[in-house]
Parts: sequence; structure tokens; C-alpha cells
Amino acid sequence: MSNKLKAVIIGPGNIGTDLLMKMQRSEWVEPVWMVGIDPESEGLKRAAAMGIKTCSTGVDGILEHVVADDIRVAFDATSAYVHAENSRKLNELGVIMIDLTPAAIGPFCIPPVNLADHAKNLEMNVNMVTCGGQATIPMVAAVSRVQPVDYGEIIATVSSKSVGPGTRQNIDEFTRTTAGAVEKVGGAKQGKAIIIINPAEPPLMMRDTVHCLTESEPNRDAITESVHQMVAEVQKYVPGYKLVNGPVFDGNRVSMFMEVEGLGDFLPKYAGNLDIMTAAGLRTAEMFAEEVANGTISLPARGE
Amino acid sequence: MNLQGKSVRLHDMSLRDGMHAKRHQISVDEMVKVACAMDDAGMPLIEVTHGDGLGGSSVNYGFPAHTDEEYLGAVIPKMKQAKVSALLLPGIGTVDHLKMAKELGVNTIRVATHCTEADVSQQHITFARNLNMDTVGFLMMAHMASADKIVEQAKLMVSYGANCIYCTDSAGYMLPDEVSEKITALRNELPAEIELGFHGHHNMAMGVANSLAAIEAGCARIDGSVAGLGAGAGNTPLEVLCAVLNRMGCETGIDLYKIMDVAEDLITPMMDQPIRVDRDSLTLGYAGVYSSFLLFAKRAEAKYGVQARDILVELGKRGTVGGQEDMIEDLALTMAKAAGKL
Repeated sequence: MSNKLKAVIIGPGNIGTDLLMKMQRSEWVEPVWMVGIDPESEGLKRAAAMGIKTCSTGVDGILEHVVADDIRVAFDATSAYVHAENSRKLNELGVIMIDLTPAAIGPFCIPPVNLADHAKNLEMNVNMVTCGGQATIPMVAAVSRVQPVDYGEIIATVSSKSVGPGTRQNIDEFTRTTAGAVEKVGGAKQGKAIIIINPAEPPLMMRDTVHCLTESEPNRDAITESVHQMVAEVQKYVPGYKLVNGPVFDGNRVSMFMEVEGLGDFLPKYAGNLDIMTAAGLRTAEMFAEEVANGTISLPARGE
Repeated sequence: MNLQGKSVRLHDMSLRDGMHAKRHQISVDEMVKVACAMDDAGMPLIEVTHGDGLGGSSVNYGFPAHTDEEYLGAVIPKMKQAKVSALLLPGIGTVDHLKMAKELGVNTIRVATHCTEADVSQQHITFARNLNMDTVGFLMMAHMASADKIVEQAKLMVSYGANCIYCTDSAGYMLPDEVSEKITALRNELPAEIELGFHGHHNMAMGVANSLAAIEAGCARIDGSVAGLGAGAGNTPLEVLCAVLNRMGCETGIDLYKIMDVAEDLITPMMDQPIRVDRDSLTLGYAGVYSSFLLFAKRAEAKYGVQARDILVELGKRGTVGGQEDMIEDLALTMAKAAGKL
């Protein structure tokens, strides 16, 4: 019997479609449903053409199928406003929720840093922070696991074309959520996040800068080794994750300069910011599936 | 050119854009002294913030000597007639900073975005408008988009609640004809009650000439800084603009001799280096690069042995926008590696 966890994707936009394409290659997660709210949406038509069941009446429209179709995991790529209700309804039916919105009801998840803990604890709702957070927090953590970091700062620069209206209307949410996760997951005592949107044509590849101020003189060799190990961890699910320069040391400042190239599934390769979100979300569900297969955790019980 | 009988409101940048040139190290005492002297000279509006706006304090842009709260809290109570403004770049500062500024008595909030990305300012402009603040939409690096695009983006900001729109020549790239074209287009397309402003940099020594073109085309507000203290080769030098406008019969309400004295006696002695057109600041204007990159490129030159001019030209080619200071060290490292210097 297949160990694949059956999944529903909520939100048939760019993120949801890219996620679906990645999921079709997964050994651990099987996409079954795509949920939207507009029967005429391109995203639902695409999903149907890709052989996925579609529903255009929101999450309510699939609740009756959850048990019958053995849906175990849901990805919410809608908005923070509707996420809480989506999560509550699906959690009630024992579905694990991977939150790709900025709602952040559940704990932040940065796969190479804290996914293993969330999987072992069977967290029923995990939040994937932000694109900038996924790209940079592994680097902050790579420094803070060597020695205490007083201050962590990340600057994410993304192409104008890859930033949707949701992010634009609430850009403060990006800076606040990311800064919070730099502290909570990255391990910096104080976090700061900056986002820059660049309209250059052709669109620029997502790039990120990470600055850490260590409490004491940085241990250069240990930090350099830790950073390279962490880059390799991220590359397992985002092959285009690249350390362009650094770590550079200047007094207690440690700086890393990153570039994130996407896989170019549904989203163009320059949109590494979107790709790293879908890849991290999928990686998260896969680890839950692996833990279930290993018998480390058990999915919520369901009557037959 | 005939500006006879017009009047214009000048807006001083020396305590905000000047923070770039001072590596954000202006002391509270200097801020208060300069602001009081400008207030006495009749300057109507004075900007006080970190060079990169509220919340700009960072490794990326530089940690300031004092917080925005400390600067604003010290300056505002001392003002007899001048109003104080603060800059905010969405993506760097948030509405929390905006609230703080309002509580400290800031009159004017200027929400700045790259000239094609106005829709990131909705949250902040709407918020400021709802607080009844004088709310300015500040379209940066305006040389990088066509007049039509600038108009389209300005209309977005107006729809969010801005009562004034700035065409901002952050790179000091524009020549007077371009200023005339863009301000005229804005004037023709925006409602009459929406004020227009122009913010120049002096990298091509066009600060004064561009400001005159802007006034002629309908700008009611002009940014500059006393003694030119600002990023790159500085902002439009306000004491010079004042003298020129006096000769042309355009009203500013500023006492020329007093503002000359502020420039000479207070601000020039504060400068860490002469603020002038040199080969690097000229390159900013020539290549269309964000003015505050200047000192970062000079530092990268000193550290990595790559010419600042080469770095700036490359930044221009790559279409960098305001706020991308982090690109400078990254690029210098890449260039130094390619040249076998690392």
C-alpha cells in the first residue's frame, strides 16, 4: 500500500498551481483536490486538466469528501483572512494544515531548522512564514547554532512581477512576520526584516542578504562550516538556493549574500521567492508522511 | 523663464537626506540647533528622520546615533513656525512607526516607493490620511519610468489618500526638460487640489535648474537642503535656490541672509567630507543610481580594491532601486573575485 499522504490544495492561484506541479513528483504526498471559489478560474481548469478533482465552493465543498478520500494534509494558499476558518474546519476532521498565508496561527516552520520537531509533535497547523523568511532564516540559524546572535537582519529583494496584490496591500505583515521568525526560529535576540521590490526587466532573481551581529567575536571556521552545511540542507528541496558571497566577517558582523533560483515549474525561475515557499510547504508535508511511515507519529484516528 | 508672482513652499532635507552624508550620526544637539535656526529663518517644513526613513535603523543602511523618536521628540517642541515631516519607505518602516511619528507631532508624512511600485503604499497612505496628516506620495527614482507611468502611479497614491505627489529624482539624473515633461503631465492629469512637489539631487549640478523647471510646470513644494547636505552630491542647495527665486520674484517666505548663515555657520562645519560633485557622485547622476549608494560604494572600494565608479556603473546597469544598499558589498565581492583580488 502507498505511504503517500493524500492532500488538498486550497487556492488555485500561482502558488497553488506551482505546488500542485511539484506535488505530482512527490514520493510522499499525493494531490487529490484543488479548491477554489470561482468555477471559471483558470487555476481550477488547469488543475482539472492535470487530473485533479476540483471544487469551486470553497473549503465547505470538500468537507464531506475528506474522510471518504482519506485526505490527511491541506495546503492553504489563500489569504490570512480566511485561513483561520479553513484550518479550524479541516483540523476538526483530522487534516494537518500547512499554512502558506501570513495568518501564522500555528508555529513557524523553516524546514531545515525546526520541521523535525513539528513533525514529531504532530503539529496540526504549521505556518511557512514568508518567502524572505524561508530564504534567510536557515542562515540566521546556521550562525546562532554556533554562538549567540544578538541581532539578525534580513533584506529580501524580489522582482516586481513575483509580488502579488496580497503582499503589496499588506507589506507590513511581511516585515513583522519575518522579523518575528528571525527571532523565534532563527535564534536572534532581535530580528529585523526589509523587503525591496525591483521592477527591472528581465526580472531579477530573488536575492537575500543576511546580517548577524554575534554577541562575541565570531568563530569564523565554525560559522563558515555551519553555513555551508545549512545551504546543502536547503538545496535538498530548493536546488537553486545559492550562497553567492560570504560568510563575510567584519568585527562581530557576519554577512551572507544569497540567490534563490526557482525550479521553473509553474512560476518562472526568477521567482525563487515563490518557489521556496511551495518547496518548503511540500517538504514539510513530506516529512510528516515520512514520520508516519516510520511509525514515529500516528495520524489522528478516523473511524472506518 | 518667468516665475514672477508665484510662491513655493521649500522643504529642507538636511536633517534627513543629510543623514546619509553623515552616516546617520547627526547628534540630537546638532539637529535641534540646525532646526531652530531654520525655523527662525522662515523654513516652512523640515524633514527629520533616519536617512532611509522611519525604521531605517539597520546594518544595511546604518545604525543612527539616536532613534527617530529621540530626534523627533527633541526637535518638534522647539519649532515656532516650522512644521516637521518624516519619511517612510514601505518594506522598511511600518504603520507602527507612522503612529509613533504622529504621536510625537509630525505634521507631514511622506510615503516613498519606487516609481513603479506605488501599490505598496496603500496601507501607509490610507493610515496617514485617516490621521488627518499632510500625506505625500513620494515616487522615487522617477527617471526610470515614463511620464505616463508616473501619472498612473501617482493616481494610485491619490486614490489611497495622498494630498500631494512628489516626482523624486533620487539619482540626480534628470535634466530640466524631463522635469518639465513629468511635472506637466502630473499637473494635467491630477485634480487641481493635489499639490505637486519635486525632490532633486545635485549630482549633475542640475538641482537648482531642475527645481525652477518644476516650479514653472506647477510644483508647489520643492525639496532641497541647506548647504546641500544630502546623499550623493547633495540635494538642491536651498540657500542658492532662495537667492535665485528672490531674483526671479518667486515668493518663499525665507530670510535669505539668515538661511545663508545657517548653511555657512552651522551645516558646513558639520560635514564629514565636502558635499560636491566629484567623479563618484557625478557617476550617480550620469548612470542613474540611487544617491545614498555613494558612501557605501566608496567604503567597498576601500575594503575590496574595486573602483567605486565601476561598482556604481554596474549597479546602474542592473537596474537597482532605492534601498538595495546590500547589493554594493555583494557586487564588490563578486567583482573583486573576478579581478583575482580575493
